[in-house]
Amino acid sequence: MSTKEVLDRYFLENRARILEIAAFLDRIDRAGAMEAGRSDFRYKAFMRALRILLESEGNRTKALQVNFSDLSKEPRKSAAGLKGAYGAWEGPFFEDH
Amino acid sequence: MVSRTTDDYQALAISGIYTITEPAFWAGFDRGSAEGFRDYFNQLTISEPARAAQFGIKHYCWICLNPKEAEDLKLAEEVLEIIPDYLDRPSVLGVGEIGLNKNSRNELKVLERHVAIAAERNELILVHTPHLEDKLKGTRLIMEAIVNEPRINPTRVIIDHGEEHTIGEIKDKGFWVGLTLYPNSKCSPARAVDLIEIYGSDMIWVNSAADWGISDPLATLKAANEMRMRGHPETLIQKIFYENPKAFLSQSPKFEAL
Repeated sequence: MSTKEVLDRYFLENRARILEIAAFLDRIDRAGAMEAGRSDFRYKAFMRALRILLESEGNRTKALQVNFSDLSKEPRKSAAGLKGAYGAWEGPFFEDH
Repeated sequence: MVSRTTDDYQALAISGIYTITEPAFWAGFDRGSAEGFRDYFNQLTISEPARAAQFGIKHYCWICLNPKEAEDLKLAEEVLEIIPDYLDRPSVLGVGEIGLNKNSRNELKVLERHVAIAAERNELILVHTPHLEDKLKGTRLIMEAIVNEPRINPTRVIIDHGEEHTIGEIKDKGFWVGLTLYPNSKCSPARAVDLIEIYGSDMIWVNSAADWGISDPLATLKAANEMRMRGHPETLIQKIFYENPKAFLSQSPKFEAL
């Protein structure tokens, strides 16, 4: 597809998506205990993700996936009591590895 | 499809889908005994093929202890003991979906036991890779465990739930890659088509999640339509949604393509 065809086909749905992201961030800003929220590992990963969107031309999706990933190498000692996933890694970000 | 209503079988048939494969997976709760798994494996190999057949659908399945229930090694050993009995059944295509969930040591031990069973019996392998933040690390650990078993040919293994950050490494190691379509938490039809455009159409299989979570058994048709809307030829669409899965599954002598 040409750039124009991509825009014709996908612009409106992604315009809606970016408005959802803005509304999500506004909702966080309006909520109480803002400092606690902003220190949450998911919030930090999300804010890094927004920067990646602007900085990783042509490779944004993979870069975002890596941003949200556990980049450690050793198996976890135990998965007892663990089932689901958070969507972001609460350990050190890859810059700290 | 143990966690779907009969309406979904009807919808598949009306939409022209006449063959499905269903992996053994987590039921949304941990089963308490090996007998619970025996009941589940009977459901997969007896009840579901009969339910699907009402709509002219051929139902195949995969048998294993799924990684979400692999932390209890005592129970896992008991379940691993009965698995070969079910692998012999006529609609069972191989071992799956094995893999990791939270990338723990016990999950890895159980994965290695499954891989050994598959190697001993020359079974096909269907691999579940972890979700979200655990996927990249888990995919790497899983591939390392399989590559360490020299009797396993990577072309007889499909690593499922591939995404943008794992597909390259999966293909580089010679495995088949599965792209699982999910409304929210995994790959969307549009992103799956992006990956086909970037990585090519060889050894890629697109499948619909159809479990107890929010999922859409007809999602493969939406991905096919996405390809059509982007101008991809029907021959390529046929390759992705028919020829590729047929090629992989036909490595099992039990599989008969329609």
